[in-house]
Amino acid sequence: MYRIAPLLSAALLGFVAFSAGADQAPIEIDIRAQAFVPAEIKVPAGVKVELHVVNSDDLPAEFESYDLSREIVVPAHGQVKVFIGPLDPGRYRFFNDFHQESEGWVVVAGDKK
Amino acid sequence: MGGGRGRQEITAYRQTHMLATLIIVFREVIEAALIVAIVLGASRGIAGRGRWISAGIGLGLAGAALVAVFADIINGSFSGNGQALLNAGILLAAVGMLAWHNIWMSSHGRELATQVKKVGHDVQAGSKPLTALMVITLVAVMREGSEVVLFLWAIATGGAGQAGMLAGGLIGLVAGALLGLLLYRGLLKIPLKHFFSVTGWLVLLIASGLAAQAAAFLNQAGILPALGNGLWDSSRLLDQGSLLGQMLHVLVGYTARPSGIQLLFYGVTLATIFGLMRWVGRRHHHAHVRAS
Repeated sequence: MYRIAPLLSAALLGFVAFSAGADQAPIEIDIRAQAFVPAEIKVPAGVKVELHVVNSDDLPAEFESYDLSREIVVPAHGQVKVFIGPLDPGRYRFFNDFHQESEGWVVVAGDKK
Repeated sequence: MGGGRGRQEITAYRQTHMLATLIIVFREVIEAALIVAIVLGASRGIAGRGRWISAGIGLGLAGAALVAVFADIINGSFSGNGQALLNAGILLAAVGMLAWHNIWMSSHGRELATQVKKVGHDVQAGSKPLTALMVITLVAVMREGSEVVLFLWAIATGGAGQAGMLAGGLIGLVAGALLGLLLYRGLLKIPLKHFFSVTGWLVLLIASGLAAQAAAFLNQAGILPALGNGLWDSSRLLDQGSLLGQMLHVLVGYTARPSGIQLLFYGVTLATIFGLMRWVGRRHHHAHVRAS
């Protein structure tokens, strides 16, 4: 029972995600004191998701990801939007190109292909 | 409300080495420097190229400053997709110009090589793509430059004690430019017989890589579908964030986890420019045979 619970919820999530299409509510990522908050966001597999990256710092940042081929400058106290996906299950790293130690992950639940 | 905390952040940030700034600026600069170096090589022997390429660098810097100053307005335009669309637009403009240059070279390259050898000085070429060279340089400098300007400006206006970071940025700038110069000097070592075919291939691969980057930006803005994310993952083989990975990203469009749309843009651009080069080259060759 415990073992199938995650599978079931993943399947349910997948179904919900599929029916919701790209209309999923945007996910917000904050840059605060040179760190991503939250540093890990969970995204369903197979859906296009809109991210809102908000920079609360006095320094500009660059939201960048080699895993997702994303790259966008976020001015100090500014915000940008970025579409990602549809993604396969796995972990995708993103970082602040202006402050390389700040990193975060997009986590897509499910079995890896 | 965040004023006190903000100042603390910046102080903490400054305490991290100036090395960090150096590396950030260096990484941005090499992308532009490598492209300028190859454009300089590819236009070898064409009179006036130095002036046009210098103009491209100057206008690129001015453009970079403008983009940095208006970053907020650009971000807010096109329902928040302004930055991605601007990037895609200038990348595609560069792809067009690189294509133009290569297609022009496919009918003039041979004469250029023989004339450079014969007369030993630059050649006045008729309908030479000098504007193309300028636009490519402008775009390369503007795109990477705007990030450097934004980044360094934030440091410069951050108050006292930022001298180390600014120095780091300056060293990064010089080091990046030096790497471009090294590549250019290396290119010049290639014998003239093969020179323009080498630079032609380099320009072809750069153009394809830039087209793939443009595709990623259009996908980022939600305009084009990804057509599959991460078709393969070679990040363990060659990390895209490493110096080599980044240089190959500029030179041949290396991407560790490419999406389908990136591959598609890469392939279509490569095939189109290559096909046009062959077609124009052959027509030119036939015309010459018939004339003699």
